[in-house]
Amino acid sequence: MNEVKYLVSGDCAVCVEFGNEISPEINRKIRAFKLAVENEAIEGIVETVPTYRSLLVVYKPELIRFGELTEKFEALRGKMETIQIPPPMVVEIPVFYGGETGPDLEAVARHNGISPEEVVQIHASGEYLIYMLGFIAGFPYLGGMDPRIATPRLESPRVRIEGGSVGIAGEQTGVYPVASPGGWQLIGRTPVKLYDPDREKPVLLEAGQYIKFCPVDEAEYAAVEQRVKEGAYVPVTYAKEAE
Amino acid sequence: MGIKVVNGGFLTTIQDMGRYGYQETGLAVSGVMDTRSAALANLLVGNDENEAVIEATMVGPMLEFTEDIWIAVTGGNLGAKLDGKPVSRYEAVLVKSGQTLSFSGMAGGSRAYIAFAGGLDIPMVMGSRSTNLKAKIGGLDGRKLGTGDLIGFAAPKTWLPAPEKRKMEPEDFSAKEITLRVLMGPQDDCFTDDGIWTFLESTYTISNEYDRMGCRMQGPVIEHKNGGDIITDGISFGAVQVPSHGNPIVMMADHQTTGGYTKIANVISVDLPKLAQCMPGTRIRFKKVGIEEAQALYCEWRAEVRALSKRFAAQTEPVGELQAAALAAALNEHKHSWSSEGVYRVVVNGEEFVIELSKETARFR
Repeated sequence: MNEVKYLVSGDCAVCVEFGNEISPEINRKIRAFKLAVENEAIEGIVETVPTYRSLLVVYKPELIRFGELTEKFEALRGKMETIQIPPPMVVEIPVFYGGETGPDLEAVARHNGISPEEVVQIHASGEYLIYMLGFIAGFPYLGGMDPRIATPRLESPRVRIEGGSVGIAGEQTGVYPVASPGGWQLIGRTPVKLYDPDREKPVLLEAGQYIKFCPVDEAEYAAVEQRVKEGAYVPVTYAKEAE
Repeated sequence: MGIKVVNGGFLTTIQDMGRYGYQETGLAVSGVMDTRSAALANLLVGNDENEAVIEATMVGPMLEFTEDIWIAVTGGNLGAKLDGKPVSRYEAVLVKSGQTLSFSGMAGGSRAYIAFAGGLDIPMVMGSRSTNLKAKIGGLDGRKLGTGDLIGFAAPKTWLPAPEKRKMEPEDFSAKEITLRVLMGPQDDCFTDDGIWTFLESTYTISNEYDRMGCRMQGPVIEHKNGGDIITDGISFGAVQVPSHGNPIVMMADHQTTGGYTKIANVISVDLPKLAQCMPGTRIRFKKVGIEEAQALYCEWRAEVRALSKRFAAQTEPVGELQAAALAAALNEHKHSWSSEGVYRVVVNGEEFVIELSKETARFR
């Protein structure tokens, strides 16, 4: 059993730290521990926040104190092997690449000395691990982009990037949940809303899941967009195959 | 109806104790900056401590009431006035339709809270009525109050038991220097011994960059071992971030859920309301305490809330019990009646109740 650290994060939270690097292995441990904690339904826990390196556990000290909580965590870690952790889901995100909604596709291709079609093919072939959500509601921090399409950010950021924009910044790829300013190289757009406060589940994705981008044409894009508007769109998901 | 906003003031928002349960999706908690003052305002008018209140910042709003209701104003003294006459803070006040609540200026403290008996008619968004300005949700369309806005009351109370007892000693927020107790961590190991010493032994001054997200302070540079950047990690309300520039920033109610800067310590929960009431220029000292002490203080505060809640709500119980007993007696009598309606006179504990029964309702006269 590897060491974890229980770091005091104020009197109402503890940071359970699993490591100090960005790695799928640490992410798996955090996800497993989060599920185990939720499964245990420990009284006094308000919520948990997974990040690259840790799980922040927010709790009510009037119901459970720091010492008691961390003892429970240690006991839980002792029986992690016996807890069934379901395989993570892969969520398909339909993307219309290039055109007006992907104005930087050509630039990304030129920067890497490949064709725009190859950029799309490479970008849509990977399954991207969602390490965490943060920055704004629904923004996924993704890992695992192929370095062959890595491209620096724009020198001067755009004032407004529409929600659903798919972009590349350095060796990262991501999707903007809502309109915001930004300097990412935009290669396409999805009609799927990663964040919609009026939806029963406002944020579509969860840390520990994977994203698979699926190229669609204009007609398919419009069809999905219509279903999203009607509140009838359900993304295609499947369990990730063990690596 | 409820209130008409004549003037929104500087930054007036609707808040409750915050939107918990969505931080893992990147959505900030928000909620009141000064949890103590907001809870006290609610308790004074017999509300649950988590009821939505109006948080006024520095320059308060001007609100015209279109319906009678009991209110309480707590927190920083922003010079609350009803029709131009001073309003007692930390005391239940009956406001009549047509009256105007305004604020004349700061006299200690920067955030005032107004609670309304029976609550505000504001929809729940993801389990909370708090305004999240960045995500544009909660409160009034996710924004601050402005001229012309109309806010309804949920179940306005124009009668409260023992109103003369609904008062507390007003709290004073005029100190120019305060000490905030802190718990060290989670990244105190990223600082040199000198850095830790500087943090705990120096005086910092709150800068002008103080908003609902964070409070920036200026003072001696806190030395890191290897700079102030870390791999992104979760953030608590009250976390003291120290980026590479070496000056502290305390994360407040609208703080981001995650961040990539070292956090040397965390202001303890019971001291955060003091910081929430500070103005730029206030001098701050940090004092280290242990987790047992901090959590004991937190639990004391929770006990205080429970006691106050009982004190201000308990007075309704004897009346409620008597009414319930009277109703039961009336219903028992009514069983022998053929009519679906009837008027009954019942004496319980020497007190006489007249109860009108109709098909669906029972009414006390």
